[in-house]
Amino acid sequence: MILPALFFYLFAGVCVASAAMVISSRNPVHSVLFLILAFVNAAGLFILLGAEFIAMILIVVYVGAVAVLFLFVIMMLDVDFAELREGFLEYLPFGLVIAAIFLLELLLVVGGWTLNPTVTKSITAAIPGDVSNTEALGLVLYTKYIHYFQLAGMVLLVAMIGAIVLTLRHRASVKRQDINVQNARTPEMAMGVRQVASGQGLQDADSAEWVK
Amino acid sequence: MTIGLGHYLAVGAILFTLGTLGIFLNRKNIIIILMSVELILLAVNINLVAFSAFLGDIVGQVFTLLVLTVAAAEAAIGLAVLVVYYRNRGSIAVEDVNLMKG
Repeated sequence: MILPALFFYLFAGVCVASAAMVISSRNPVHSVLFLILAFVNAAGLFILLGAEFIAMILIVVYVGAVAVLFLFVIMMLDVDFAELREGFLEYLPFGLVIAAIFLLELLLVVGGWTLNPTVTKSITAAIPGDVSNTEALGLVLYTKYIHYFQLAGMVLLVAMIGAIVLTLRHRASVKRQDINVQNARTPEMAMGVRQVASGQGLQDADSAEWVK
Repeated sequence: MTIGLGHYLAVGAILFTLGTLGIFLNRKNIIIILMSVELILLAVNINLVAFSAFLGDIVGQVFTLLVLTVAAAEAAIGLAVLVVYYRNRGSIAVEDVNLMKG
């Protein structure tokens, strides 16, 4: 009985502490690494709650994809992050006051609130006791909630196309091979005969003419 | 020492507050703001999964999957916009984003 509580406080404590480090860290790379730590500990909380599939998805999607995306962008952009940190202390007192009031309100709501005894009547899809969490999720996700599943797929498709369209660019300075142009090339286009005056060479020839 | 629904909701509330505080404090750094939004969505996910587990209703976890998808899509699009903006302006400071103020 004491072990789950111990692990809850471990995961919750590390999760909250690393979330605090995410927003207060000097170096954005450290922020991303603390974000990964926060997500891994949140996955631990999900495992304690019996939602193993969500926990594994959280690790795969966030640590494997989103956090690495953040790392790529931070390391790709040549930005002076110390300059962006100006104003941190200026906003700190005001932000802390607002956050404290907000947290107090939320905790008051969480603390002074009880479940309606009739809430069990409104359960839409009860968790079956004899199957694993992944199977229970699949049993409703692909039948009752198939439209949500496909909507999620559409969201990802639109996001993928949007990201590609936004970041793709054709640079004119980069030379690419064009097979059609190469095949259409004839000897007349590639070679020319010049009458060179004795002792003068071709210094005055138009050099651009030769690069066809 | 029984961990109830309230404990998980408290963790979610604290994470949500830290996310909003991150947006307040790092008003110039759009990357930290995006990470704060991820923290806020994580807090929402913790609430959904906690209610799902304590009420015995699997639908909360289905919605968590949807929130997770939207969060990943939002991060991808946001960072793509950030990269395009950096290419055009050479900076990612939030207060420079004023071309469309009219």
